Amino acid sequence: MTTGSFPQTRGANYRRRKFVNGVMLTLTGVATLLAVFPLVWIISYVVLEGGRFLSLDFFTQLPTPVGVPGGGVANAILGSAMVVGIACVIAMPISLVAAFYVTDHPNTPLGVAVRFGTDVLAGIPSIVMGIFAYTVVVLPQRHFSAFSGGFALAIIMTPIVLRTTEEMLKLVPRNLREGALALGAPEWKTSLQVLLPAALNGVVTGVMLGIARVAGEAAPMIFTAFGNPFFSTDPNQPIATLPHTIYVYAISPYKDWHDKAWTTALVLIAFVLGLNVLARVLTARQAHQWSGN
Amino acid sequence: MPRDTFENQLGELKSQLLQLGAEAGQTITDGVAALRTRDRVMAQSIIAHDSEINQRRYAIEERCYALIATQQPLASDLREIISILLIAIELERIADHSKNLAEIVIHMGNEPLLKPLVDIPRMAEICREMLSQSLDAFTRNDARMAGAVCDRDDEIDHLYQQIFRELMTYVVDDPRTVSRALNLLFAAHNLERIGDRVTNIGERVIYAATGQLEELNVDQPIQSD
Amino acid sequence: MATDHSERLRVFTRALANREESSDAAAGVAGKPHQTKIQVRDMSFYYGTSRALESINIDFPEHYITAIIGPSGCGKSTLLRTLNRMSDLVPHTRIEGQILLDGEDLTAPSVDVVDVRRRVGMVFQRPNPFPKSIYDNLVFGPRLLGMNDRAALDAIVERSLRGAALWDEVKDKLHTSGLALSGGQQQRLCIARAMAIEPEVILMDEPASALDPIATFKIEELMQSLRERYTIIIVTHNMQQAARVSDYTAFMSWQAVAALSYNAPSAERDGSSANVTKSQAGRIIEFGSTRQIFTTPKEKETEDYITGRFG
Repeated sequence: MTTGSFPQTRGANYRRRKFVNGVMLTLTGVATLLAVFPLVWIISYVVLEGGRFLSLDFFTQLPTPVGVPGGGVANAILGSAMVVGIACVIAMPISLVAAFYVTDHPNTPLGVAVRFGTDVLAGIPSIVMGIFAYTVVVLPQRHFSAFSGGFALAIIMTPIVLRTTEEMLKLVPRNLREGALALGAPEWKTSLQVLLPAALNGVVTGVMLGIARVAGEAAPMIFTAFGNPFFSTDPNQPIATLPHTIYVYAISPYKDWHDKAWTTALVLIAFVLGLNVLARVLTARQAHQWSGN
Repeated sequence: MPRDTFENQLGELKSQLLQLGAEAGQTITDGVAALRTRDRVMAQSIIAHDSEINQRRYAIEERCYALIATQQPLASDLREIISILLIAIELERIADHSKNLAEIVIHMGNEPLLKPLVDIPRMAEICREMLSQSLDAFTRNDARMAGAVCDRDDEIDHLYQQIFRELMTYVVDDPRTVSRALNLLFAAHNLERIGDRVTNIGERVIYAATGQLEELNVDQPIQSD
Repeated sequence: MATDHSERLRVFTRALANREESSDAAAGVAGKPHQTKIQVRDMSFYYGTSRALESINIDFPEHYITAIIGPSGCGKSTLLRTLNRMSDLVPHTRIEGQILLDGEDLTAPSVDVVDVRRRVGMVFQRPNPFPKSIYDNLVFGPRLLGMNDRAALDAIVERSLRGAALWDEVKDKLHTSGLALSGGQQQRLCIARAMAIEPEVILMDEPASALDPIATFKIEELMQSLRERYTIIIVTHNMQQAARVSDYTAFMSWQAVAALSYNAPSAERDGSSANVTKSQAGRIIEFGSTRQIFTTPKEKETEDYITGRFG
């Protein structure tokens, strides 16, 4: 532009704008780095501290007493899997059905109530869930159990799975539902045979995010699964879990247990991170599936 | 208005048509004037002017096609454009009939007229009036007015029959007048045809205004006795 | 429930069996005096308390294509959706009056909505194939009706695809995803899917508005060939399309008009005069042969809309 009517485009003004632009760009860059830094720090610290003792035994052996070298957390890995599995069995049917309801009837009183309720539920500290499960499951049964742990985690998981599934179902074009209904399909068949397959990636994502979230919960485990130094596959017995094991090892006064706490943390973080990455990939695919349509 | 561009184009098209109408009307007056004054120069210029009128008609036709192709006119717009197209053709044919009058003038040379011209100028006058009134009816989109104009075609037909009978008496009296009689008859015939063309225009005006397609003033065959 | 189901299947199979004869019988229908397939009688439709459609009266002739045109928001789609009770999907809606399909009132509470939708199929504005294979898209409807015989389903798939002029393009990839097709092919797949349950009426809600001109023309050609077997009702914003494809056209509008000749009788019955109420409810201003509506509309409002001088 060589027209002279806009003096701001020339000379000193241009240099000033360029300078301000540079400063701002630098500031946003620094802020971004600061935000990512804790994640990088934590992961590298855990890898450095915990990686030293990582071995195949760690995944296959039972814990050893203080001072005895070797041993692993195999019981806690199995226990975590069991507790999370129980949580899934309880939470998934409830949250999926509720998600379909909320998506189809967003403005009905029940729909509004469910969404508000899940938002509140998602905001309640997990330790409260632990106490709740302790009160309604452990106390009546008079013993800690894997089941009570799963119950506590299910309550934490439900809002996550529900809201993620709802978001994914919203991505499914409305007219897909109409298409099925126009062929004379009843609502439940439409949901099950058309909407669910269409949103399957998203639903799986929601479940995985839920698992990733609850797999790292230690606080509720103190009141429910309690911990167990031995292998257990009985849902009615106390059971070890990874986060609870970290907690127990970390608060102990022993150096070698501290090291094992780091290694356990590494295993847990790797698992959670892996689930999260997988969930992101599936979500991206889900969004992509309809964007081209 | 959401269709200003189209309105403007349609407006231009209409004024083009009215101009063609004015020129076609002038050729009727000129043709009969040349016949009355036996002015062969004037006759020549009428004949020369005809190709210009043809060009105007093609210009209108092309614009109609362009509007149909680009603006997809419907309902009254469609009827109006179709009517403009068909009226332009009628106007061009009217000018052709005037040209025939001019050709008669040249063909006759210095041969004296069989009888003084009385009814033929009268026919021409009515034709012109009808033409300008029918174009008025078109601009006003007035079907009733168009119908009234067409009713006057009966006057022309009546005059034509009168001329026919009169000329026949001349021919019966003296068969040698036959070629001179035919010249005048041919002139009257062209004017009668112009009357029919104007009636066609009236039909188009009625179609544009109402969507009714109807035939006005079916010609009665000439009764010879 | 079980008897319900077998009844539906029986009706469906009978429809299949009758197909061959009826397609022949329907071949030369153009010259025949036509019968009314769907008769809408004094129908009003409400969203909550606001009236969306007012005293709709219209006869949709059998084996003809009827287009519904009109400005946005005049209730074209609402009217279309009442015809197969898809309007039920919006909560707090209410239908007054009657919609008679072969003389049977669709709005009666005893009517089975599933049966209505089997007889009155629908194609939507945007192609909406299910994220399943082409084959599974087509057998979805027949399976709902309880048909599970593999050979019969294969036959339905082929016939529907041929009917929708899509067979040659997809016959070698029936088990690939319906979403992998082009937009125009997807829409023809949706038409084939609607045809797979042998409906009597096909409703089309702006079926080509999301398609390019070539795909649009293919759909329009397809509609011409479907007319012999189905009664088609199409809502379209594209007046040229309505003019091209339809035999009859209904013009709807929501504008309050004084002294509507068409609605006058019902206005008298209500005891209210037509020119006093200034409602936004959609109504049918004019209904007639497409040729008449597009060359010599009787109502000024129709004329103004068709010539682009609306409002």
